[in-house]
Amino acid sequence: MQKQAIFQSKLLPYALVAPQLAIVLIFFYWPAAQAVIQSFLLQDAFGLSTSFVWFENYVELFSDPAYFETVVRTFFFSFAIAASSLSVALLLAVMADKPLRGGAVYRTLLIWPYAVAPPVVGVLWVFMLHPSLGVLSRYLRAAGIEWNPLLDGNQAATLVILAAAWKQISYNFLFFLAGLAAIPKSVLEAAAIDGARPMRRFWTVTFPLLSPTIFFLLVVNIVYAFFDTFGIIDTMTRGGPGKSTETLVYKVYNDGLIGGNLGSSAAQSVILMVMVIVLTGIQFRFVERKVTY
Amino acid sequence: MVEQEGFRRYVAHIVLWIGIAIVAFPVYVAIVASTQDNALIANGQMSLLPGGHFFEVYYQTIFVGTSGSTREPVGNMMLNSLVMALAIAIGKIAISIISAYAIVYFRFPFRMPIFWIIFITLMLPVEVRIYPTYKIVADLHMLDSYAGLALPLIASATATLLFRQFFMTVPDELLEASRIDGAGPLRFFWDTLLPLSRTNMAALFVILFILGWNQYLWPLLITTRDDMQTIQIGIRKMMTTNDALTEWPIVMATAVLAMLPPVFVVVAMQKLFVRGLVETEK
Repeated sequence: MQKQAIFQSKLLPYALVAPQLAIVLIFFYWPAAQAVIQSFLLQDAFGLSTSFVWFENYVELFSDPAYFETVVRTFFFSFAIAASSLSVALLLAVMADKPLRGGAVYRTLLIWPYAVAPPVVGVLWVFMLHPSLGVLSRYLRAAGIEWNPLLDGNQAATLVILAAAWKQISYNFLFFLAGLAAIPKSVLEAAAIDGARPMRRFWTVTFPLLSPTIFFLLVVNIVYAFFDTFGIIDTMTRGGPGKSTETLVYKVYNDGLIGGNLGSSAAQSVILMVMVIVLTGIQFRFVERKVTY
Repeated sequence: MVEQEGFRRYVAHIVLWIGIAIVAFPVYVAIVASTQDNALIANGQMSLLPGGHFFEVYYQTIFVGTSGSTREPVGNMMLNSLVMALAIAIGKIAISIISAYAIVYFRFPFRMPIFWIIFITLMLPVEVRIYPTYKIVADLHMLDSYAGLALPLIASATATLLFRQFFMTVPDELLEASRIDGAGPLRFFWDTLLPLSRTNMAALFVILFILGWNQYLWPLLITTRDDMQTIQIGIRKMMTTNDALTEWPIVMATAVLAMLPPVFVVVAMQKLFVRGLVETEK
């Protein structure tokens, strides 16, 4: 944590940390504290008076079946996005890990979607699968599917999951490539000499050795599905139809902005903060210990 | 390895090309749509081959904007996005590198608490505390300003941690040497440490530029004036709820223009990008 050779100076170090400290305190801690305080307050219908109500906002949330549904929905979205994106990315990474001609070109052609912003991802997919003018909707209709994500909640959810997973493929692909590159070739050769076929080699050698990478990516993908999908959902469905694509973050935004229910919105923010801290904590604990079998 | 290597490679090539096609298809559709006539698209008659309206659509998009009520040229939105992305990337690197320097190379009261105060911000993404942050920015009269767009996104700890880790690996002999040369702390920082950090700064810059350019929720909340819109917000405003009024070629051209700078950065600076991505996630 500390160098042996250091400078002696009374004021300089404070001057050096001051800018970052100031910004962190003003734009991080102050609003976070505000959110906590606000979550204990209740405003009357006209916003004229506020009263301190302890945990009423939280109790109301937890006894609200709609909130519980949103929690379940968000976790379902997260796992669906993580599972589909991770499996596709792993398949592509295993293929690209072979010594192929043009390997660098493949990598370049697969990593650029990382740079596409979530709202743009939403626009691209909504356009492709728009019920009346989408290029792909024609084929779905030809196949006899009643495709209308603007009315059908399940189809809207499918669309959001597809788009979010699509964006995340490149990120997962890169980290899988790095993970695969770190696996010693000698172990795989030994398995080959023992007569293990490629599929068997993958499941008994490669996959277990990749487990730290998989776990790390699982956490990152869940955090991504929680927060970064906001832009996708906002340009695709705005949380609808009904509430079928409303995630926790989108609900905070909706309740605070449109509902004007700041107490409840703040309580939801605090719950989200706790969730993020837990997730990040898991990740750090894990990075410390690097699970291997 | 040993068996049927040729056939396996063949399969790998095919799988990878299918993957690339899946990844590229939505973008291909957007590019093609941005060269066609709106009437054609609105009727569901869109072709999968480029149309002849390329120059016309892009000229209107960049210099005029949609025909709707918010006539904001996308060129101006791109400028706003660029200023925001640069402010976030440069600002974050600047404040992080000096605070990391102080934490590693000095011993002073409250050093560790300060480090922890910065470190914990890793766990508070802006999405979680949007309204209170919005209120503070409003109280500081920073709505619709570049400062309001960039400052709340500048502070997080990732860059500070990265520089701290890097400084720990710099050999102490370098400091001793510049001491003997009579250099003070600022001199050493400027002449020795900054040049050594160049690659790390560049890698961080690439990642932060992309993150900055792609910001959405925050600019959505704090920009009310049309001329302060970033391109990501512009796209959303163009997609009216009434589909008949959405000018799809312009929306798609805007989507393509919104993708161009960050995608270009990823492809052109691939090595730095990968390094930045892997380093910041550690």
